Amino acid sequence: MLEARSRRRRTLGGVLLALPAILWLALFFLIPLGIMVVVSVLTRDASGAGVLPLTLEHYERVFGVFSPVLWRSIGISLVATLVCLVIGYPLAFFISTRQRQWVRQVCLFLVILPFWTNFLVRTYAWRVLLGDEGTINSILSATGLIQEPLQLLNTQFAVVVGLVYGFLPFMVLPIYASVERFDFRFVDAAHDLGANDLRAFLEVVFPLTLPGVFAGSALVFIPCVGAFVTPDLLGGTSGLMIGNLIQRQFGGSGNMPLGSALSVVMMVIVMLTLLAYVRFGTRRA
Amino acid sequence: MAPSSQSLNQSAGRAIEINTGRLQRDLLIRRIGKIGLYFNPVFSFFFLWAPIAVLVVFSFNESRSVATFTGITLDWYVNIFTGVLGAESAFSTELLLDSLSNSLIIGFITTLISTVIGTMVAMSLVRSDYPGKRLLDGVLYLPVVIPEITQGISLAVFFNMLFDYWNMLTGQRLYPGLHTVVIGHVAFTISFVAVVVRARLADMNPRLEEAARDLGANEWRTFREVTFPLLLPAIIAGGLLAFTLSLDDFLVTFFTAGSGTNTLPVFVYGLLKLTVTPEINAISTIMVVASTVLIGISLSLQGRNATRG
Amino acid sequence: MCPPGYAGQTLSVFNWSTYIADNTIPDFEAACGVTVEYSIFESNEAMLARIRQGNPGYDIVVPSGNTIGLMIESDLLIPLNKDLIPNLTNVTPELLNPPYDPDNLYSIPYQWGTIGIGYNKEKVGEITSWEQMWNYDGKVAWLDDRRAVFGIALNLLGYDPNTTNPDEINAARDYLIERGGNVVAIAADDGQVLLERGDVDMTIEYSGDILALMFECECDTYGYLIPEEGTNIWVDNMAIPVDAPNPELAMVFMDYILHPQVGADISNYTAYGSPNQPAIDNGLIDEALLSDPAIYPSQEILAKLFFSNPVGGDAEQLYNNAWDEMLIFLGQ
Repeated sequence: MLEARSRRRRTLGGVLLALPAILWLALFFLIPLGIMVVVSVLTRDASGAGVLPLTLEHYERVFGVFSPVLWRSIGISLVATLVCLVIGYPLAFFISTRQRQWVRQVCLFLVILPFWTNFLVRTYAWRVLLGDEGTINSILSATGLIQEPLQLLNTQFAVVVGLVYGFLPFMVLPIYASVERFDFRFVDAAHDLGANDLRAFLEVVFPLTLPGVFAGSALVFIPCVGAFVTPDLLGGTSGLMIGNLIQRQFGGSGNMPLGSALSVVMMVIVMLTLLAYVRFGTRRA
Repeated sequence: MAPSSQSLNQSAGRAIEINTGRLQRDLLIRRIGKIGLYFNPVFSFFFLWAPIAVLVVFSFNESRSVATFTGITLDWYVNIFTGVLGAESAFSTELLLDSLSNSLIIGFITTLISTVIGTMVAMSLVRSDYPGKRLLDGVLYLPVVIPEITQGISLAVFFNMLFDYWNMLTGQRLYPGLHTVVIGHVAFTISFVAVVVRARLADMNPRLEEAARDLGANEWRTFREVTFPLLLPAIIAGGLLAFTLSLDDFLVTFFTAGSGTNTLPVFVYGLLKLTVTPEINAISTIMVVASTVLIGISLSLQGRNATRG
Repeated sequence: MCPPGYAGQTLSVFNWSTYIADNTIPDFEAACGVTVEYSIFESNEAMLARIRQGNPGYDIVVPSGNTIGLMIESDLLIPLNKDLIPNLTNVTPELLNPPYDPDNLYSIPYQWGTIGIGYNKEKVGEITSWEQMWNYDGKVAWLDDRRAVFGIALNLLGYDPNTTNPDEINAARDYLIERGGNVVAIAADDGQVLLERGDVDMTIEYSGDILALMFECECDTYGYLIPEEGTNIWVDNMAIPVDAPNPELAMVFMDYILHPQVGADISNYTAYGSPNQPAIDNGLIDEALLSDPAIYPSQEILAKLFFSNPVGGDAEQLYNNAWDEMLIFLGQ
């Protein structure tokens, strides 16, 4: 009896504790998202808002005319994720295998600190570096390597660089965590069984640190797909991504339903990534 | 069954023969791996820090160019504090200070609200059980992963509808402003606070609280004297995270702010888009230094808390 | 300069970037004892989108003529009380009573200018036509002003720059996509910045932005061209959006802007055409600006220029869709 009552009290208490968060998230997160989904199937009126009747024309446009941008966004995000992995894995491996704790901490600090600098400022820095009369081009032409400035800014390359720069720590930290947990006696065992370093890495170390790789990849890919600032500041016309199109529907073209439809598609891509991560990424862990 | 000694010898001899070749290859692999392992951090740290270093260096550059360094000047820093609104640049000290104070106000209120709400929901999730808890758990992670631009525009559409409806009901027009930005910021920072506090709660030994209750403390007293002090470092960490995220946010602010409620990132975005002034480098440098100092303080705070706890 | 009774109030101005003199706002604040919140937008569409989503509290906006027309059509502007704007008589008669707002019930001219090509002479040499920009082997930027850019293309194709015919609009879109391979950026009113930074060699941009850059750099590097095939001419206008918190002070501000000296200060700063006749007649505008045909074109050139007129919400959406579709294929 007493037990049951106290449990009921704790249930009630738990619900009450969660209530403000539930209300806030419902009101200012879920309902707005729901409204957006509804707006995405409404017809655009003269003012750019959504009205009845229902229509799928915006989705047709998203997967029709706008599909090159959709594929471009996914492609750019995949490349950025891959580059993050190629740079981030050895870095995380290096840091987590340092013997002294303070060295590890300093290294992590060096990875994370730039990350705490305002995102706009970090992206702008690349505009300074990549411009035609920017730092990289002026160094290259001063050393006589190039005659004409290379076009680095306002390209898809610039967007990838900006995204990698922006989200590299998201890749490094989870891999760091999984390498740190890794028991290096497995490597000794692999060596004893005749494997060289490469095989030991490919067949023992890498598979066992895959949870970190999957987590890092998902953490990088998701914000890349949703990027707006990076392509906006670095991409020019050829680096246009979904985020820019969405902003244009709200900021320029005045087409809320179309912008909402683009947003819903973006959300679905994010959700599918998460689902794939939960399905395949966490199984081995 | 043991093989005959002869064949054993033979196979061992062959094995040794092969091994010298393999050994060389393995050593080569090891050397490449080592070089790679040491080259990568050098490259990575350069990649991470060079852009910031370039900004800092050129913020002291005499010429307006970011290509060649001609001499040292503090002019751009002076201009930050003496700039008036003009046609030539969108920059003015007044606008900068306004947007900075807006950012700080929004940051503080957001942190306060989301730290309280986030801590509460974290405790609820770890310490009690009720139907729908798993759903809440899932929803709580959504704001972390849903792209900011989606959150921004959905809130813009939402407030637009809400204000129109309110106008229809009461004939009174509401305007977005600092409050709408705070609402948006709280909506996505609750989750971050909850995640941080929750991790700590899950690690905490529930027996400490049970012991307090056994000693006759009621729930509130248990919380105040046992749970809260143990949780404090995580609450502070969560709060700092919320503050930083709020201060850093551009998109949600951009879509929910009213007229004249620019925050620092929105102001900086305008500068980046519309001007070419070297003052941007100086402002960026100040922001880099400020965030470094803040992180230093928070790390040392956390360090002290950790050693104490 | 300011009628009494407004001290302590606040005015929120939403204007284009680099579009006001240094002293304009501080002087108004001092004269009236008010506070001015000043925000900037980078395109008519961006401004319009903000107002459509519910005016977040602006008292003054400064749209171009066709956008004024759109806003009147959608009931987004408040009619003016001309008793509060006695200086309206200062406006150049030719600029009064425009087709998009007969009798100036809603709007008052602020500045006017053209849309042409800003270019780097050292890299491009001398140019005369749009054709040279389309064929240029180097980096160029286009202006994020869909009606103007489409108008230019329609004009080149021999169509009405204000057409509502979907086939003609789509033809203009295809024309632009075909010639947009060298476009690296769509400049949101910042083409002069891209030009100055060397990111592009040519840009479609508002006249004053380029001319201001030319005067400011005191060099012979940059030029502004009104292409021989003709281009867009526009008038920007002050207007009061619906739900403005303080429309009365907004009208007082309009009257203040129409003071000859205040108007002259702005035009001297922005290098755009002034709609203020006394300012022009009394020598308050810099002689160098007044005699520049790029700012005050000759009658012969004026004859080749065309306005973007309001075409109605449905046709506007045709332009918007075509513009979005064009963007996807630029720079490829």
